[in-house]
Amino acid sequence: MTTTLDINNVRDDFPILKQSINGHPLVYLDNGATSQKPQSVIDAIVNYYTTTNSNVHRGVHTMSQQATDSYEGARSKVRQFINAGDDKEIIFTRNTTEGINLVAYSYGRQHVGPGDDIIVSNMEHHSNIVPWQMLCEEKGANLLVVPIDDSGELVMDEYEKLLSPRTKLVSITHVSNALGTILPAKQIVEMAHANGAPVLLDGAQAVPHMPVDMKDLDCDFYVFSGHKLFGPTGIGILYGKEEYLEAMPPFLGGGEMIKSVTFEKTIYNDLPYKFEGGTPDIAGAIGLGAAIDYVNNLGFDQITAHEEELLRYGTEALSSIEGLRIIGTAEHKAGILSFVMDKAHPHDIGTILDEQGIAVRTGHHCAQPVMARFQIPATARASMAFYNTKDDIDALVKGIDRVLEVFS
Amino acid sequence: MAGLSDLYQEILLEHNSKPHNFKKVEEANQTADGYNPLCGDQITLYLKVVDGLIDDVGFQGTGCAISRASASMMTQSIKGQTLERAEQIFDAFHHMITEPGAELDLDTLGDLETLSGVNEFPTRIKCAILAWHTMKAALSGDSEVTTE
Repeated sequence: MTTTLDINNVRDDFPILKQSINGHPLVYLDNGATSQKPQSVIDAIVNYYTTTNSNVHRGVHTMSQQATDSYEGARSKVRQFINAGDDKEIIFTRNTTEGINLVAYSYGRQHVGPGDDIIVSNMEHHSNIVPWQMLCEEKGANLLVVPIDDSGELVMDEYEKLLSPRTKLVSITHVSNALGTILPAKQIVEMAHANGAPVLLDGAQAVPHMPVDMKDLDCDFYVFSGHKLFGPTGIGILYGKEEYLEAMPPFLGGGEMIKSVTFEKTIYNDLPYKFEGGTPDIAGAIGLGAAIDYVNNLGFDQITAHEEELLRYGTEALSSIEGLRIIGTAEHKAGILSFVMDKAHPHDIGTILDEQGIAVRTGHHCAQPVMARFQIPATARASMAFYNTKDDIDALVKGIDRVLEVFS
Repeated sequence: MAGLSDLYQEILLEHNSKPHNFKKVEEANQTADGYNPLCGDQITLYLKVVDGLIDDVGFQGTGCAISRASASMMTQSIKGQTLERAEQIFDAFHHMITEPGAELDLDTLGDLETLSGVNEFPTRIKCAILAWHTMKAALSGDSEVTTE
């Protein structure tokens, strides 16, 4: 049974939302860029530095053991959260970008050669384009792009045509950051696997909005950032199937990732430590664990229902504004409303909204190929989280009225 | 703190909706492209320089109201001026935009003073300055400039 989110209690958990910005109550609609943190996440980080701070692993003293337990405990929480098979398939990284680069460097360099293909889509964030371009340039491989249609859906027929025995990897976003489209991830994976190609899914914009299940999706790699999931910045996750991670060479050499080192030969550590060279962001991992606890406590049933209603309400409200066009109208969307206006450039929209305490993002959202596809230089983007309300949407609409006044 | 009305003054909005010298100058002998990668603004500036004088100037491209108005007003202010004078106008403008509270060289700035409100909006300074850096690039023979 789905119960309704107790929105006032939820908002109370986020101290930053109580602020005023430019003399107005903060309306935070920039969750696609980064999300706010509940008090429990802030407390977990403060508590770690106040009581437990020590380096993890190999320490014999008590605090080091406690820090290790908390750090590894966070890994287990992540594993459960995404329903992966084993803790060793969960690699702590800095963020989504690092996760993709790790796979490009470690898996890509070993398996991609001249004339091979890597497939991405037209709605990728730059972080899921540039690492593959770099790899393709180095190896003489080809980067193929699955087109999107006018509503922002992936054109699956074209994807099918691009798959071939030359396909060495498919790397596609789970939810588009610029358009909000939820991609048919499972189908994308099935089609690639039928062609013998592994799949990386960029889950940065998916994990804050919907449950993700590694066993169900059956993807080979999945990456996301902690800070978009109500956790701290500086911590991210790479999930990889054990068989792939085992066979891959390390990404960063150094401490932690070794079993033994002599000048003649170094023996690498086991998973997941093989990919965690150097002291990790221990507090970040613990903070991410607390964020996952928070999200689990609310439950995705409630989160999804609330956000879908917000999206429906927001879509309707913005659609009724003359001279405003929503970019990204896919059937299945996460809570992202990207839009352009006839009379005002997104940058001007952003400034005028900010004057009213409304935080949105304006620009190309690190997805310039998406902007090129829709032949626009930029959009204004309101991106929602479960703590947003219909009042926030109403404030946005009022803010846009002010834009229309200035540019009348 | 400056409010929206200081930023979006009437004259700026007019330049935005009907920019001056918004054209390609076919006989241009010094041109440059300017990019603001953060917001995707792009401008191409055309200068026809004859005997040390800016004989004609035009610009094309896409951008927000502030970058368009700034480009439009810049072309008006430098057209017919010597290169030396254009440099002086650049310096006065740059000073005005980047140093809040600084004394303004109103004789040199003229209408450009309308854009002074931008210095209260740090996130918008790059919008206002894009055309100007593009002019500098064009005059010094660089074909491309990026503000970040």
